[in-house]
Amino acid sequence: MANADLKANRPLSPHLQIYKPIVTMVMSILHRITGAALYFGTILMAFWLICAAAGPESYQFAMDVFGSFLGRLVLFGFTWALVHHMIGGLRHFIWDMGHGFELSAANWMARATIVGSVALTVILWIIGFIVA
Amino acid sequence: MTDMRTPLGKVRGLGSAKDGTSHFWRQRLTAVANVFLISFFVILVIALQGADYASFIEALQNPIISTLLLLVILVGCLHMKLGMQVIIEDYFHSEGLKLLLLMGNIFFASFIALASVVAVLKISFGG
Repeated sequence: MANADLKANRPLSPHLQIYKPIVTMVMSILHRITGAALYFGTILMAFWLICAAAGPESYQFAMDVFGSFLGRLVLFGFTWALVHHMIGGLRHFIWDMGHGFELSAANWMARATIVGSVALTVILWIIGFIVA
Repeated sequence: MTDMRTPLGKVRGLGSAKDGTSHFWRQRLTAVANVFLISFFVILVIALQGADYASFIEALQNPIISTLLLLVILVGCLHMKLGMQVIIEDYFHSEGLKLLLLMGNIFFASFIALASVVAVLKISFGG
């Protein structure tokens, strides 16, 4: 196959757009998307810490940015991405241990991932508003 | 025959990428650590929300908090470097672009990690 023409117009195997989105597949995709979002989200963490290290004025600037409506919206999304990616990761640990491969278990865990991540995010923000 | 590998290949171990299972192992090791570290981080951020400058600095000058925060940064950045590497390897097939992105991934993760570490150390050492 060394001389195969890779750019030839071959029939393609079915891909994402062909399949009906099922819950395990959507959770798998969300795990990757939240991971990638968190990757760039670390810019916010670095911004927060650098502003604090630079002095009181820049710390206040960072607080104003995060405290604005848009800032809170982004942080809410950040929280959900973090929680979702973590619960998705716990699901992967279960699979790593050799459990949860039955269709019913996999579907149950996928639903628990999305329900759990949304619920936990809301709970964390309620706690945040209570302690504020 | 269930094992297709030659005895020599088995002894040498590492497969075609020459790093064996080290990527998988580091991914899972940092994932386990992150369950605890990120939980700490979320609690810390909730506790520090809206804090004034003086109390923020005081919190980060606590050696336990700064040590855990440094671990959050380092372990988190290592985990995300490993994860983004897989994404790049999955979707980018032209050698040149893939190499460029793999390098950029390491540069980005290193920069975020080091910049955050310097900021935390500066605060915790009282600068």
